[in-house]
Amino acid sequence: MEEMMKGIWTKISVFVLMICTLLPQAVLAAGEKADLVVIVADTRGLTGVLHAWGTLYNDSHLYFSLLTIVLIPVIGLLFGTIADIVMRTIGIDLEHRELSEH
Amino acid sequence: MEDLFMDWLYVLMPISGVTIFWPGLVILGVGVGIIGGFFGMGGAWMVTPGLNILGFPMAFAIGTDIAHMAGKSLISTMRHGKFGNVDYKLGLIMLVGTVVGFEVGAQMIMWLERLGNVEMIVRLLYLVLLSLIAWMVFSDVSKKRKKDRDARAKGHEVDALSTGIEWHKTLHKIKLAPMIHFHAAGITCTAWLPIAISFFTGWLAGILGIGGGLIRMPALLYLLGCPTHVAVGTDLFEVMISGLYGAFTYTMKGRTELVAAIIMLIGAAVGAQVGTVATKYIKGYGIRIAFGLAVVGCALSIILKLLAKELPAYARLLNNSSTTLVLGLVSAMSLYITVKMVQGARAEIAAIKNK
Repeated sequence: MEEMMKGIWTKISVFVLMICTLLPQAVLAAGEKADLVVIVADTRGLTGVLHAWGTLYNDSHLYFSLLTIVLIPVIGLLFGTIADIVMRTIGIDLEHRELSEH
Repeated sequence: MEDLFMDWLYVLMPISGVTIFWPGLVILGVGVGIIGGFFGMGGAWMVTPGLNILGFPMAFAIGTDIAHMAGKSLISTMRHGKFGNVDYKLGLIMLVGTVVGFEVGAQMIMWLERLGNVEMIVRLLYLVLLSLIAWMVFSDVSKKRKKDRDARAKGHEVDALSTGIEWHKTLHKIKLAPMIHFHAAGITCTAWLPIAISFFTGWLAGILGIGGGLIRMPALLYLLGCPTHVAVGTDLFEVMISGLYGAFTYTMKGRTELVAAIIMLIGAAVGAQVGTVATKYIKGYGIRIAFGLAVVGCALSIILKLLAKELPAYARLLNNSSTTLVLGLVSAMSLYITVKMVQGARAEIAAIKNK
């Protein structure tokens, strides 16, 4: 019985992993469903980094999207680390939590 | 001259083409960062109206919110991880169930939409669910208090680990292979339990068209039996991964304004630290009570939006009231959490100095 359950378990795990890989729309997105819209960014009023960002968007949506999901965690990590340093400087222990109750 | 003085406070967003008051984005980031780090949810229901008020079209508000949510949850997960509040094994298992459940729910609602208008039914279902969650939270708190009172009356010591609602104990009796031990959560149960729970919460989120943190948190607490802090940390871990996934698809559809998300992240980095560190000083049940209040606030804002649709003559007033309520709730809760965090940190620093 236990071996059979383990077999089923393995098959389901592989199946579920496959589904996760193949279904990019399975997103925990709040609100209305997003329709496929193609918007060309108006870069005429932009300068510097903002202009480059807008141009990149117009050049390739895929590259732009990939860069977005790389930049979000990197920037999050950066800001998080800076905030960590500030908290540590204040003297707060950021490694331990004594409370253990529910 | 006056224009020049005020101009630097506004940024032209490269993709949406709207001009946004950037300090507003930082303030919004701080608020939702605090609440997200404290409760372990993405908080789209709070961010989207805020972004909308600042001038973002709804489509951009949702995509930008998801992008910022991923970064903010990463910051909170890092901190919760160091406190030992994240059960990564549980988070990964639940992520799989959530994704599959979400897809089933989303497909089901699309099928129902083809049959007729289901928006009102979905909103009512959401309201029923929120009422149920609020009832669960407050009934749990009341039962826990009664247990503590009874223990004191009998002269016993109050059990810090006792809980009010204990449905998880019944569910843990299911001994179906494979059994899994979750170290950080301190629970051993059949692997099918978190899969079934995450599938169910994912399915509900898919049907309702929401992120799901609001449903997953109580499910982790009452059905799986996670300690409050671990439920918060693990939920954030899940929000982080799903948020990145969401950010990619929304960006591909041209609905994410990364510049705004980055500006929000500046505030959220500080807010998330404050919210997460506050969980050090506020007891598990304090978090549950505040979570219950947030659920009530969310429900009230939905009631106002529903009324706005039913009473078009008062739509503007009701919609504005809904937004004011949500933003007021965000401000009040952020303030409460910040005050508690500052008080706790002061006491901790004073204790270290006295040693």
